[in-house]
Amino acid sequence: MIKAISNLGSYAIETIEQIGRTFNLLLIIAWKMCLPPYQIFPIIKQIYFIGARSLTVIIISGATIGMVLGLQFYNTLERFGSVGVLGSAVALSIIRELGPVMTALMVVGRAGSAICAELGIMRITEQVDALECMAIPPDKYLVAPKLIAGIVSVPLLNFVFNVVAIGGGYFVGVIMLGVGEGSYVNGMIDSVVWGDVRLGMVKSIIFGMLITLICCAKGFYLHLSQYGSQGAEGVSRATTDAVVISSVSVLFFDFLIGALMS
Amino acid sequence: MAKLNIELITGIFVIIGIACFTWLAISVAGATFSEQPGYSLTARFSSISGLREGAVIEGAGVRIGSVTAIEFDPDSFEAIVHLHINEGVPVQEDAIAAVRTQGIIGEKYINIIPGGFEELLTEGMEIYETESAISIEDLVSRYIFSSDG
Repeated sequence: MIKAISNLGSYAIETIEQIGRTFNLLLIIAWKMCLPPYQIFPIIKQIYFIGARSLTVIIISGATIGMVLGLQFYNTLERFGSVGVLGSAVALSIIRELGPVMTALMVVGRAGSAICAELGIMRITEQVDALECMAIPPDKYLVAPKLIAGIVSVPLLNFVFNVVAIGGGYFVGVIMLGVGEGSYVNGMIDSVVWGDVRLGMVKSIIFGMLITLICCAKGFYLHLSQYGSQGAEGVSRATTDAVVISSVSVLFFDFLIGALMS
Repeated sequence: MAKLNIELITGIFVIIGIACFTWLAISVAGATFSEQPGYSLTARFSSISGLREGAVIEGAGVRIGSVTAIEFDPDSFEAIVHLHINEGVPVQEDAIAAVRTQGIIGEKYINIIPGGFEELLTEGMEIYETESAISIEDLVSRYIFSSDG
């Protein structure tokens, strides 16, 4: 009984420590980014890895989700005889909710896990310590480019996703199911306002920061967590944790930002 | 070569992302960075139920402006609506501004019905003739109670 309670206590302490370390890492990086030397190429390389290489999966998932939304909204709206609002229904739900969330989840799955595994392996094979020995600040050299790349890439991917998904909805609604082209396009243009695009943009910037930060912190501080001494198994567990925690926090923050901003 | 390739692909990715954003912001959301030339008028309504900022102003079914702001006047218990009318669209002094609905459950917009006066309204003036939003519930309840008695 006492052991169960003390297990709970150690779990709580561990969780709070991790949250603290994660935000501490964010503050340290925000400070160190202001100090020279400034290096552009590592950031470009990370934007290439997180952003450009995710483009295919974003385009495929965007088209699929747009088509699914077009189909399902059509079936539902047809019952009420108002297929004319299909365009605005698809565009609003994608721009406000599905675009940022799906993009963030795709990036977590494709790039977040890789970031966490890369940093975790560098940590357990003591490459991070080697950098420190050479007086290269590892947080600035390893984590900062990934964080900046996440903040830049995820919003860009989100806009690509939105456009492709609206196109997918257009394909199903107008070309396959015969909704009027004018009512789809003009309904969308009339109902979407700048505030909707801004909400989606703010969401995806915050998600981009959140997922790269969580995945980096999980890998970078692997030696401080309970899996630290477990070698390759520890890396795999930390990666799993990073993906689960960042996905869940994306969904939670989605609700939070939506509630605060609208 | 590898470095150049990465930079090239990243550049293409950034261009695609920014192009998508511009299309969303300008074509779909209709954000304008420079305000369209025109002049602003005000109008008072006893009810504008459902009208939102950014709503369309139509004249003869054509878009001629947009609602820029909505205020509440506590003294007269009326809504003050600020209208932005595009340049070159004349609004007579006795023109009527009416809150209308697109279809039965559509969005609310303001319809400008032209008047017969020679004098035109200019920047900052008020449209005195207004028609408030028609509430379907009101109409239905009036019908029910009138047929009752």
